[in-house]
Amino acid sequence: MKSRFLTRSVCSLAIASATLFGGIAHAQMKVGFMATLSGPAAALGQDMYDGFMLGLEQSGGKLGGVEVEVIREDDQLKPDLAVQTVNRFIERDQVDVVAGITFSNVMMAVANPLAESGTVFVGMNAGPAPLAGERCAPNFFFVGYQNDQQAEGVGKYATDKGYNNVYLMAPNYQAGKDAVGGFKRYYKGGIAGEVYTRVNQPDYSAEIAQLQAANPDAVYVFYPGGMGINFIKQFRQAGLLGKIPLLSVSSFDGSTLPALKETALGAISGSFWGADFDNPANKKFIETFEAKYGRIPSQYAAQAYDGALLLDAALKKIGGKYQDKDALKKALREVDFGSVRGAFKFNKNGFPIHDMYVFEVAPDSKGRISHKTLQKTLPNHPDSYVGKCPL
Amino acid sequence: MTFNLVLGQALNGLQFGLLLFLMAAGLTLVFGIMSFVNLAHGSLYMFGAYFAATIASHSGSFVLAVILAALLMFVLGVLLDAGGLQLLHRRSHLDQVLATFGVVLFANELVRVVWGNAPVYMDAPEALAGAVNLFGVNYPSYRFAIIVIGLLVALGLYLLIERTRIGMLIRAGATNRRMVSALGVNIGWLNRFVFALGAALAGLAGAMVGPILSIEPGMGEPVLILTLVVIVIGGIGSIRGAFFGALVVGVVDTLGRIFIPIWLRESLDPAMATAVGPALASMLVYLMMAVILAFKPDGLFPVKARG
Repeated sequence: MKSRFLTRSVCSLAIASATLFGGIAHAQMKVGFMATLSGPAAALGQDMYDGFMLGLEQSGGKLGGVEVEVIREDDQLKPDLAVQTVNRFIERDQVDVVAGITFSNVMMAVANPLAESGTVFVGMNAGPAPLAGERCAPNFFFVGYQNDQQAEGVGKYATDKGYNNVYLMAPNYQAGKDAVGGFKRYYKGGIAGEVYTRVNQPDYSAEIAQLQAANPDAVYVFYPGGMGINFIKQFRQAGLLGKIPLLSVSSFDGSTLPALKETALGAISGSFWGADFDNPANKKFIETFEAKYGRIPSQYAAQAYDGALLLDAALKKIGGKYQDKDALKKALREVDFGSVRGAFKFNKNGFPIHDMYVFEVAPDSKGRISHKTLQKTLPNHPDSYVGKCPL
Repeated sequence: MTFNLVLGQALNGLQFGLLLFLMAAGLTLVFGIMSFVNLAHGSLYMFGAYFAATIASHSGSFVLAVILAALLMFVLGVLLDAGGLQLLHRRSHLDQVLATFGVVLFANELVRVVWGNAPVYMDAPEALAGAVNLFGVNYPSYRFAIIVIGLLVALGLYLLIERTRIGMLIRAGATNRRMVSALGVNIGWLNRFVFALGAALAGLAGAMVGPILSIEPGMGEPVLILTLVVIVIGGIGSIRGAFFGALVVGVVDTLGRIFIPIWLRESLDPAMATAVGPALASMLVYLMMAVILAFKPDGLFPVKARG
């Protein structure tokens, strides 16, 4: 009897997970900010929120001179809950701008209601391919990146380095396959193996032994969050870190390096932004973020900060008339807001055209573990789906 | 597919299985003897990992961190039981599931509040940073240490349960608790000891995975699900069942993950194999559970009589 009962418990447990919450203040223009703020991935959403709020604070709690009320919501990484929240933003709260969104599956779920409502949407991380291609919308502005872009930059790097036998690993879900697909698009060499692991798999010892047996020139992985920490700890313990070049996207970044410390030294990452970028906007961002939050900001914080800068610049351009949605959209598309990443402009699908770089995990000027810019791989890089966008 | 690769993977499976055993032993003791479904067992594992990481970063000693974390979890187990969980013992299993699931949510948020959202750092001790050579296979020493400690704990538990008076009472309690209390044994005290022992084992497991896994809120849930599978397969309340069940799950899961995609690639076209292989591999343990339960509904090593 007990065992049958337990069998059922196993199933019900597999279904359930984390918690809620949101906060409200008041002012004029309303921004509905939604990100993943609880559960294992909460660090990403928290960095987005902190980055966005920092940008807002630096323009005096205003964007383009307009008082702003931010309604913060946690999507809990649940697409169904996210749809409800976005509908509430649009219908009950009547927000002027929806911002945030950490994960692509959540983004895909809310894309339809957002596109139909015409509400200005500023995406600060998730950039799934369909929304850059056939499902692009005139009210979408992705201030982060299209999911494939970073992987494409690393693929180019692997080609430039002359690697000819790269081993590919990613979790078995859409983003994992996209990260591998993006890499392959710009990588011209051979493939030593292609392994898809379970999502949130904790242990990679078996896969690493298999990888070792394949003896590749380099390893390319996409393991966001805790998966990346698990993977690289075990990769290093197998004595492979430093022996086989480890290339990655979205794995050893600002969200995982504080837990990895020296463990990740030498790993290569692809991105469009690095904490060591030498431009005035970035210097100000890094300085103020560290002063306020006491940590090195991650890419997630940088993207959201850029989102605040973008809104601020666009609203300034139209004299704060946020009620005029068409003018706001036009201004968002055209305005030069001085991104922390340097050169930035929107493509016709609302995704950025920007430079791709690779970084090495290395100590920064203060001796903390961070990223060191190695080289620019793809300058002025548009995403690969813009051709399918009917706009 | 060389002999070395198979042997290496078998060791990985063994190591994973022994880690699951540490979790399953505690859970099955609590469930078998107290008839208490504790979904928060994974949270105890998470706390073990956080305690160990915190102690290791302050003291610099890994051994001290692991021992202290297990001891602290024993104490926490006593406090938890005295502080509320004992009230649940007499309630129905569904009430227990609901209440302890609440504890899981609470624990995850508590960890977030105390240690923050970002994962916490913990490293393996210097002495275990290298690799050992076993029959020509270079195996990471730290994982080998987990195998050794897992086997020692299994031996210790076997001696405790089969050779001591407390063990006798625990076995008797698992079979017929009313008879044991009628004999004048303080069942409440016995329960508390068993619960704390389970907590200490979960804490030990958590402390030992610190250097190989990410220490983050919610880390207990994936392990808990596999642990429940282990005790269902092994037979609830049976330490022997937990031991063999854990080894079977560890080895089948590990070997399945590696060899199913390889085999499929030999027989299907590559695109199909890439799509089906990982999916099939991640279902393997559950398929195995279904098959075992179809033939042996009480698991492989059921505790015979029940009162």
